[in-house]
Amino acid sequence: MIKVKNADMAAVYAAVAKKMPLFLPVEKAGEVNYGPWEEGAKVRTDVLKTVKSAKDFFFPQSETMMKFRTEGKNIEIEDDRKEVAPFVIFGVRGCDCKSFEVLDNVFLQQPVDTYYQARRNAAIIVTMACARPEESCFCNVFGIDSAAPKGDVTCWQDEDYTYFNANTEKGNALMEIIAPFGSQGGEEAVKARQERTREIMKKLPFANLDLSRFKHENLNELFEAKEWAELSEACMGCGTCTFVCPTCQCFDIRDFKTDKGVIRFRCWDSCMYSDFTQMAAANSRTTQLQRFRQRFMHKLVYYPSQYGGLYSCVGCGRCVNKCPQRLNIVKVIKRLGEKDNG
Amino acid sequence: MQDVEKIIKERAASLLKSGEAARVVGWKKGEFYFDPSPAAFESEEQLKDFVYNGFCGANLSKYLIEASKKPGKTAVFLKPCDTYSLNELVKEHRVKRENVIAIGIECGGKLDVEKIKDKGVFAVTSVTEEDGGKVKVSSLYGENEFDKKDVLLIKCFTCKGKTHVGVDETIVVNPVEEAPENRFAEVERLEAMTEEERFAFWKSELSKCIRCNACRNVCPACSCVKCVFDNPQSGVAAKANDDEFEEQLYHIIRAFHVAGRCTDCGECSRVCPQRIPLHLLNRKFIKDMNACYGEFQAGESAEGRTPLTDYTEKDVEPNNIFSAGVKK
Amino acid sequence: MVSENLIPKIGVITDIRRDTPDVKTFRVLTTDGKKPFEHLPGQCAMLSIPGVGEAMFSITSSPTNEEFMEFSIKKCGCLTEVLHSLEVGQQVTIRGPYGKNFPVEGEFRGKDLLFIAGGIGLAPLRSVINYVRHYRKNYGKVVVVYGARSKDDLVDINEIQTEWTSEPDFQVYLTIDRPQEGWDGHVGFVPAYVKELGLDPGMTAVLCGPPIMIKFTLQGLLELGFDKSRVYTTLELRMKCGIGKCGRCNVGDKFVCKDGPVFRMDELDELPDEY
Repeated sequence: MIKVKNADMAAVYAAVAKKMPLFLPVEKAGEVNYGPWEEGAKVRTDVLKTVKSAKDFFFPQSETMMKFRTEGKNIEIEDDRKEVAPFVIFGVRGCDCKSFEVLDNVFLQQPVDTYYQARRNAAIIVTMACARPEESCFCNVFGIDSAAPKGDVTCWQDEDYTYFNANTEKGNALMEIIAPFGSQGGEEAVKARQERTREIMKKLPFANLDLSRFKHENLNELFEAKEWAELSEACMGCGTCTFVCPTCQCFDIRDFKTDKGVIRFRCWDSCMYSDFTQMAAANSRTTQLQRFRQRFMHKLVYYPSQYGGLYSCVGCGRCVNKCPQRLNIVKVIKRLGEKDNG
Repeated sequence: MQDVEKIIKERAASLLKSGEAARVVGWKKGEFYFDPSPAAFESEEQLKDFVYNGFCGANLSKYLIEASKKPGKTAVFLKPCDTYSLNELVKEHRVKRENVIAIGIECGGKLDVEKIKDKGVFAVTSVTEEDGGKVKVSSLYGENEFDKKDVLLIKCFTCKGKTHVGVDETIVVNPVEEAPENRFAEVERLEAMTEEERFAFWKSELSKCIRCNACRNVCPACSCVKCVFDNPQSGVAAKANDDEFEEQLYHIIRAFHVAGRCTDCGECSRVCPQRIPLHLLNRKFIKDMNACYGEFQAGESAEGRTPLTDYTEKDVEPNNIFSAGVKK
Repeated sequence: MVSENLIPKIGVITDIRRDTPDVKTFRVLTTDGKKPFEHLPGQCAMLSIPGVGEAMFSITSSPTNEEFMEFSIKKCGCLTEVLHSLEVGQQVTIRGPYGKNFPVEGEFRGKDLLFIAGGIGLAPLRSVINYVRHYRKNYGKVVVVYGARSKDDLVDINEIQTEWTSEPDFQVYLTIDRPQEGWDGHVGFVPAYVKELGLDPGMTAVLCGPPIMIKFTLQGLLELGFDKSRVYTTLELRMKCGIGKCGRCNVGDKFVCKDGPVFRMDELDELPDEY
C-alpha cells in the first residue's frame, strides 16, 4: 500500500495525465460529474455521487457507430470504430464499479459489442472507498462493500492522505506512476476507516432491504401485482432515473442526415419514454404503469433471470435523490418485497 | 406546519366522505420527511399517508389533465404559485375546470434537501422546520441548523406571491406576508453580462443537460399530446445529448414554445437533475414581454388572450424592439 | 474486428414483386451477386435505408434457396413506405440472421405439420413451408390454412396455387374475409375456418398473423384438442439492435430478437401478457 499526502494529489493527477487521459469527479457549473483532469480543474473526490454515473465511459450517452455515403442507388459504409488508447477513471465508488459487471454481462456476451469492449479494455479503474455514505445508499443490499471497492487500484482518502492499493496487473502499472509521490504504509489507517464505514452502512435506513421475493419463480406474480398502479401514479415519464442510473443500458439507434452523408448513432434510451416500444402499427406498452413496471421488473427480476441471479441495481441511490417526484426503486422493493410470501 | 396539514387532511377526508370528490390529489409520505410524492387518494383510509410539509414542492396542477377526465370530481391542493398553472391549463382546454375542486393552501416557501446536502450534511434522517425561519436537520453524523432561506428550492428564492387565483376555497392558517421582491434580478444580472460572458454562462450550464426531458414532462405549459421532439416525422426528434451547443437549443426552443403561457412556476428548475437554472430562460421572456406589451402574468385568469396571441395597434414592431427599451 | 454485428453489409435489391396492394417482395443479394448470409427458417434480418431507419423483417425465402434472399414486406410505417418506393438496383443495408428458428430439424421432423397464416403472416411461414417442401420426406402430412382480407391480399398466391397444391400429401385451404367477385373459394375468418376444417389435433401447428387472429385461432385449436406444447407462433416487437442488448423487445425475461421470434405457446404462457 502506498500513501500520498492529499496536498500532493494534484501532482499525482498531473503525472498520470501526462501519460494518459485521466478522468475524475470535477465540479462544473455547480454540479459534480466525471470530467478530464486539467490544470485548475475543481476536483471533488470528496463528493459521494457524481450526478451522472461512470457508465458513460463505456456506454456514452451518444456515439457515432458508422457513417453512410449515398450516391445514386449506391451506399458506402464507413466503420467509425476507433482504437481506444488507455485511460484512467479515478474515484469510482464501489457501486459504480459493480455496475460495470452488470453492463459487461449485456455488452460483452456473444455477439460482443465491440464499441463497448474497446473502451472497457482500455480503461484503468481506480476506485475510491466511501467514507461518509448517505441515507440514499444501499449498495450493501447487493453485496457490495463500499469500504473495499474493487477495480484495478483501490484507494481510500482521509483528511491527510490518499492510500492506494493495486489489485491487477493494470493497477500495478499505474502504481509505478503514483509511487514516487508517496511512501509505503497506511494499512492501519485504512483498516480503521473501513471499520467506520461498515458501521455506518449498517445504520443506514435502507441497509436491510429484503430482496428475497424478487426471483424468477415470482415473475408473473410480481408482474401482476396491483401495487404497480399506486407505485407508478406520479411518474411523469421522464428519463431522469434511467439516465442517472449506472446500470440502465437500453439504447436507441438512429440516423442523422448531414450534408456529408448519414450518421448512424446510438444514444441512451429510456423504457420510461412513451415511444420506447412504439412500432408502426402497435405498441406493447401503452401506459406509464406498464413502462414503470418494465423498468423495475427488469432490474429486479428479468435481468437476474437472465444473468445468474445478479440484480441490475447496485444501490447507488441516484434515483432516490434525483426522481423529480421522488419515486424510486427503494419504494418498489419495500412495497412489493414486504408482501407475505403466501 | 403540522397544524395546516391536519386541516388540509380533514378537508380531504370530508370531500371524499361526502362524495363531493371522487379523488383528492395531494402528496403522499415517502421513506423520509423530505421525499413525499404526488398521489391521488380515493378513500379516507388512504389518507393516512397524506402529508403536507416543507418538501411538498411539486406543482400538482399537471396531474389534473388526466385526473379531470376521470368520472367524478377531483379535488386538488394548490400552493399559490401552482394556482396560476391550473388557470392556464383551463384556458388551454387541457383541464376540465368543472371537474375540479381547487383548494388553495398556504405556502411559506419549499425546501430543497439537495441544498442541505450541499452544506455538507450527509445521511439526513430528519428535517424539521422550527419557528423563526430555522430548519433543523438530523443526520447520522450529527445535528445542524440552517436558515430556511438558505435551503429553499431555487423556485422559491423569489416568490411570485401568496395570493391564490381561481380557486374554489382556500386553507390558510398561518398567513405569510407578501414580500415584494424583484424576481427579475437574476435576469438583469445576465443581461448585464457581455454577449461572450452570457454565452459562456449558458454553454456551461446547458452542457450539463442529460436530455432526460424532466423539465418538459413536469412543465404544465408543455401539455402537447405529442411533443415535436418526440415525433420522428418532425425532423428534430432527438434523444441524444451532444456536446454541440446547437443540440442544447432544445431548451431555448422549449422556452419559445411556452412563452406567454409559462406562469413561472419554476418546476423546470426544481426537477432538473443537473440543477440548470432553466427558469431564467422563461423569466427572460416574461421580462421582455412585460417591457414590450405591458405587465402580464400568465395564469392570472383562465380567460383572455396572451400578449403573444393578441394584437393591438400599440404593439411594438419586432424591428423597433430595441427602441422599446428591451435590452438585447 | 471481433464482431461486426451492428455494422451491416451492403445489399442490392435485384427484384421487386408486387404481391398485394400493400405487400411487395424484395430480392436482396450482396454487391457481388451472392446470398447475403445463411439462415434457418423463421430467422430474421435487419434491413435499413440509411437516413430513414433500420427494422427487423422475417426472411421469406427458404434457406434451401442458394441463390438469393427474399423479404415480403407490408407497407405500414416510415421505413416500409420508402422501401416500397424503391427501384431495382437500389442498395440497402442488411445484417443478420437473428433469432431462434423453427425447430425444423428438431421437433418438426417426422411430424404432420399444420401452418396457419393470416395476411402478411405468411412471410415467415413461406420460409419454413418451402424448407419442408425441399426436404419433403422428413415430414409427414402438411396442411396450410391461409387467409387474408380479400383475394388481392393473399401473398404469393401464384406459388401457392401452382406449386404447393401439386405437392403430395399437401393440402392448402385458402379463405378471404368477405365474398368477392371472381373468388369461388372459402369465405370467412381464419379462426372459424380452422374450426370448420376439423383438423387432426395430433399435428404440430404453426400460427402466424395479426395478434387477434392468433388469439382466436389458438382458442379454436385448443377446442379441437391441440396441445399448446405443439403449437408455435412468432412475435413481433420493436427492435433496434437485434442481439439482445438495446433492451426494448423483451417479454418478461425473454428477448424476442434473441430468444424468439419463434415461441411455443406453452412457453408464452409462462411469460407476462405484454406483447
